[in-house]
Amino acid sequence: MRRDIFQAIADPTRRSILILLATQAMTPNAIAEYFDTTRQAVSKHIQILVECEAINQHPSGREIYYHFNPTKMKEIDQWLEQLRKQWEDRLNQLDKLLKEL
Amino acid sequence: MKHQATFTKDLAKKQLNVTRNYDAPVDKVWKAWTVSDILDQWWGPKPWKAETKSLEFKPGGRWHYAMVGPNGERHWSLVEFRSIDPQRSFRTDVVFCDENGTTVDFGPAMHWYVEFSATPAGTRVDVTLTFDKEADLRKIVEMGFEGGLNMGLNQLDEVLEEMLVV
Repeated sequence: MRRDIFQAIADPTRRSILILLATQAMTPNAIAEYFDTTRQAVSKHIQILVECEAINQHPSGREIYYHFNPTKMKEIDQWLEQLRKQWEDRLNQLDKLLKEL
Repeated sequence: MKHQATFTKDLAKKQLNVTRNYDAPVDKVWKAWTVSDILDQWWGPKPWKAETKSLEFKPGGRWHYAMVGPNGERHWSLVEFRSIDPQRSFRTDVVFCDENGTTVDFGPAMHWYVEFSATPAGTRVDVTLTFDKEADLRKIVEMGFEGGLNMGLNQLDEVLEEMLVV
């Protein structure tokens, strides 16, 4: 199935992983050390984040490093910003109209 | 008095809250949100214009309308009223549809919860928008806003004044 960026941020563990990766690229083992859950559970979260395009994976030697993908998050923010403007326009128009009614 | 809308967003909840104050009493603001002739005059962000095909404002009822673009293009929506608490609040599901009201995508794209409260100066309107999927958010924005981004608010005022001279 096609993943959705909102699935990435809906889960608290995944949000924590994103915050970790926002400051530096990390290997799956290094990420897993921050959590009490099993390595397998952390791997599953990482996999979902990759599918959502919230993070990218880059091999480096024998290791895989995960990087935060700010572009994807910005894209969502831009959509929300446009929605915000749309509602602002709409509600300003209502204000004008109410004065005439 | 000049009022401004305030916004708060919660990405994790896929939610956007919009609050705005009006110098008009609740019954008047409520009417503007629930009567099609009035809705059509303010709902479409310029240069888009809302055009109601039908509106039945009651629980389970629907508002079927099109956003009409500057070149006559139409994007249809169906707003289903889930619950209504007269003069206080209403809750809706919003789905995309065609001109016959047949839904084109599965499930609602968005939900609105609109609350009206009396204030000393008039009315406060709180709108909570929630959407289900990333794709829906994109479509909602595109539907009401293609070409509308460059329209300044000053121009908007002028056009509105023209529209209101009957």
